[in-house]
Amino acid sequence: MSRTHISAVINGDETEFLTEDGTSLLNALRDEVGLTGAKEGCGTGDCGSCSVLIDDRVTCACLVFAPEADGATIVTVEGLATSGELHPLQQCFLEGAALQCGICTPGFLMAAKALLDRNPDPTETEIRYALAGNLCRCTGYDKIIRAVQEAAREIREK
Amino acid sequence: MFAGATDVVPQMRAGRSAPDVLVDLKKIEELVSLKNDNDKWTVGAATPTAHLTEDASFSSEFPGLSEAAGLIGSDQIQNRSSLGGNLCNGSPAADSVPAMVVNDVRAVVAGPSGTRVVDVSDVVTGPGQTVLDADEFIVEFEIDRMPSRSGDAYLRMIPRTEMDIAVVGAGARVTLGEDGSIEQAAIALGAVAPTVVRVPAAEQALIGTTATEDTLAAVAEAASAACNPIDDKRGTVAYRKQVAGVLAKRAVLIAIERAEQRNGAN
Repeated sequence: MSRTHISAVINGDETEFLTEDGTSLLNALRDEVGLTGAKEGCGTGDCGSCSVLIDDRVTCACLVFAPEADGATIVTVEGLATSGELHPLQQCFLEGAALQCGICTPGFLMAAKALLDRNPDPTETEIRYALAGNLCRCTGYDKIIRAVQEAAREIREK
Repeated sequence: MFAGATDVVPQMRAGRSAPDVLVDLKKIEELVSLKNDNDKWTVGAATPTAHLTEDASFSSEFPGLSEAAGLIGSDQIQNRSSLGGNLCNGSPAADSVPAMVVNDVRAVVAGPSGTRVVDVSDVVTGPGQTVLDADEFIVEFEIDRMPSRSGDAYLRMIPRTEMDIAVVGAGARVTLGEDGSIEQAAIALGAVAPTVVRVPAAEQALIGTTATEDTLAAVAEAASAACNPIDDKRGTVAYRKQVAGVLAKRAVLIAIERAEQRNGAN
């Protein structure tokens, strides 16, 4: 199969990679670009563990074909921390023990970031709806919701 | 051909589809757009449904269609899923389709010999089956501007609050006369037959009335009678029939309330 040349801005860096046309963006990010933060859970868009931002919109990378990323701006969980400092969402997840096994965490962080970018002061209900596309089999969700509320508060007060 | 691929990828992974060639339609300008003029709205067939729900003007004019589009999956899915994909996937349970049908939405279909216009209600012929030829695709949808004293609504039954497939879906639209009685009515049901079904008997029962309890009972009865559902893990035949009646009635009431509030121009 022919390989396609893709140029995209990934986590702020101009990035080029080669991919086969039928490859998912998730597999290209993991295998060609070396960003293994986004995880494959279901591979069908149900679990959200592969969530990344594409042009500021949260999307399941498993449902995106890699060639679609040409010219796009992508943020993965690796792009959340800046200058060695964790993003408030990451810090609050850590401090609030909003994770156990951690597989779903990169997806939750990206979905939560997409929410807070457009709504800095969400209600609990809004957070629960915004994270409805992310499944966690460990935490029971409450700690995740509280971590997002705490991060929202910190970001607003900055 | 795909827009958001939210159905295509799972079908390929499940081995139910193995296309030789995949064509991404989203780089064609008309396919990702949302605009209106004095007569109609034009919605590109691949426009992410999030664009519809985020557009305050579209959502206030067609709240039922906007809410139906907003029920398709999570935020992650909403940023990819489209009216064109939801329709052409051919699922009897597609949430946006009953809402499009009651609003008389038209699909502009492009193929080698030019374009043709097909009513959305005529596009799907059975589960996974459409009238489109293999070399055709939907470019955009045309929706006539909502007249005054008119409103639409869509309700669906799922056993949870989010992220599920309709057990039953019901779309309704009404136009009221100056005296407040119902002048025009459209009701369409999803997930209760191989395709979305209109319910002319329920529509006739409403016209000329003010949706009294007797009228609404007739609407519910006609809606239940119009169902030809299957028994599956989501619901039994008897349950689907009963819920279809209840949802049709409730959707009509919401559409009426919206029509009463929509007394001026757009």
